[in-house]
Amino acid sequence: MKDITLGQFFPGDSLIHRFDPRVKLIALLLYMVELFLVKTLFGFVFMAALLALAVLISRIPMKLMFRAVRPLLLLILFTSLLNLFYTKGDTLFRVWKLTATWQGLELGLFMVLRISLLVLSSSLLTYTTSPIMLTDAMERLLSPLKALHVPVGELAMMMTIALRFIPVLVEETDKIMSAQKARGADFESGGILKRAKAMVPILVPLFISAFRRADELAVAMECRCYHTDGERTRLKSMAMARRDHVLIAVMLLLIPAILFGTNRVAFSIIPKTL
Amino acid sequence: MKEQDMVEMIDLTFSYPGEKDGAVLKEVNLEIEKGSFVAVLGHNGSGKSTLAKHMNAVLLPVGGKVYVEGIDTADADRLFEVRQRVGMAFQNPDNQIVATIVEEDVAFAPENLNLPREETAHRVETALKAVDMWEYREHSAHQLSGGQKQRVAIAGIIAMMPHCIVLDEPTAMLDPLGRTEVLNTVKKLNEEQGITIVMITHYMKEATMAQRIVVMDRGRIAMDGTPREVFSRVEELKDLGLEVPQATALVHELHKLCPALPDNVIDEQEAADAILHLFKEGAV
Ligand SMILES: Nc1ncnc2c1ncn2[C@@H]1O[C@H](COP(=O)(O)OP(=O)(O)O)[C@@H](O)[C@H]1O
Ligand SMILES: [Mg+2]
Repeated sequence: MKDITLGQFFPGDSLIHRFDPRVKLIALLLYMVELFLVKTLFGFVFMAALLALAVLISRIPMKLMFRAVRPLLLLILFTSLLNLFYTKGDTLFRVWKLTATWQGLELGLFMVLRISLLVLSSSLLTYTTSPIMLTDAMERLLSPLKALHVPVGELAMMMTIALRFIPVLVEETDKIMSAQKARGADFESGGILKRAKAMVPILVPLFISAFRRADELAVAMECRCYHTDGERTRLKSMAMARRDHVLIAVMLLLIPAILFGTNRVAFSIIPKTL
Repeated sequence: MKEQDMVEMIDLTFSYPGEKDGAVLKEVNLEIEKGSFVAVLGHNGSGKSTLAKHMNAVLLPVGGKVYVEGIDTADADRLFEVRQRVGMAFQNPDNQIVATIVEEDVAFAPENLNLPREETAHRVETALKAVDMWEYREHSAHQLSGGQKQRVAIAGIIAMMPHCIVLDEPTAMLDPLGRTEVLNTVKKLNEEQGITIVMITHYMKEATMAQRIVVMDRGRIAMDGTPREVFSRVEELKDLGLEVPQATALVHELHKLCPALPDNVIDEQEAADAILHLFKEGAV
């Protein structure tokens, strides 16, 4: 459980940390769109190299980056296996009634790369941006929706609180689990049904505590004059600098670079002789 | 209403909606003087937290009136004026900190008050320096110790520039070190900045820091006086389910045997001095 790094922030002052959070958000969205435009292995290598460069600049340890993917490893493995066996094409090998294909292997590999890069790039964003700045950025980007009576400010506040409480609740889950284990609870053995049942004594106290926390936090926020109507100032201003313009320009230029560049590099793992 | 009163409660009566077991607060009359340090004692369920929540309009009286610097807390138009004047800190710092990063959390109240950015930044700095947490401004609150978290929570209140801070068992979840940190901070705020302090606690020793102790029992004020006055009433305190500090209890028992000893010491130092004095006089 300690491995959950979802939404964590590691303060620093690298270039990546200093980009305007709105720009970082847009850059991430563009990067994700581009991952879906990529059609060749060369393209993925190129995108991965870009991300690796960003990680190096941010000085976030690689170990932390990989920790972000770990919880999804099983999912990634499963989808790539599906791809490996269920894609029609030239036979690679057979197991029992299933045929693995070269095309499947390539597609599976793409899938692994795409999901991993999606997770890694979004983790880099949350690792290098404080949650408040992130939710502020979302609020500002979505502020046109206020005209449609979408409660953008409140949604952003919910997001802030959710991000803030992830580590608290993770720690709490850990504590409850050890307490239950000490009383002889067993979470590791048995079938899915048995394991699911074993989770009940964890979830019940967790929910009770979460509700109590919510109650107390609401009072504490009230005491600090929180209100949903009217404006709130922000401690930090957001101002775009030249570096932000450059980042957006680069991310936009990547689209033609992928469509007309990497996608045309006929480099494939499928042997030509087939 | 006296000019120097921070909070004034007149015949305050309160019961939680839907609860049938009678009022939680029964005709409480209490004045908190500006600049004073008041401790509130009482066993569990005696109504301390309920009383505290009336001081900044989190709860509104069912009967009677509460005034904060002359403002009726029931006046909905002046709600934020009341909340700005009386800040409130609670037991669990984890459930008071809204933002992930220390300085962002401290900025929460000024942001809500829609203060200009420079003013917000200035208040964050002043508040964090007042609780000695300025070096930690960019840390993530989750990684701090309990005492540090509670000090950040207090900074978040100071940033409103309140005239009074109500603390509801602020040290109950802390280790001894964290407890000392928080108590020193509270004391400093009272002495150096003249902020009125109302501190609810169930540690008798902490209550001796105050100039005045109010003891609650079943929704009423059972005792009200200086620590010396209150702690000399050992039997009454025991009847209310409270323990007096060990030093006080010891000298109180000795006093019964040897009336030459005073009956109102409040800490170990005084107890030691009194006993030493007795020996030097050669009375024993
Ligand atoms: N939110 C609530 N709803 C209903 N009853 C409550 C609530 N909070 C406290 N009470 C009741 O009010 C009484 C006083 O509680 P409280 O003010 O929390 O006491 P203390 O802080 O001295 O322990 C208790 O009997 C408690 O059960
Ligand atoms: Mg209480």
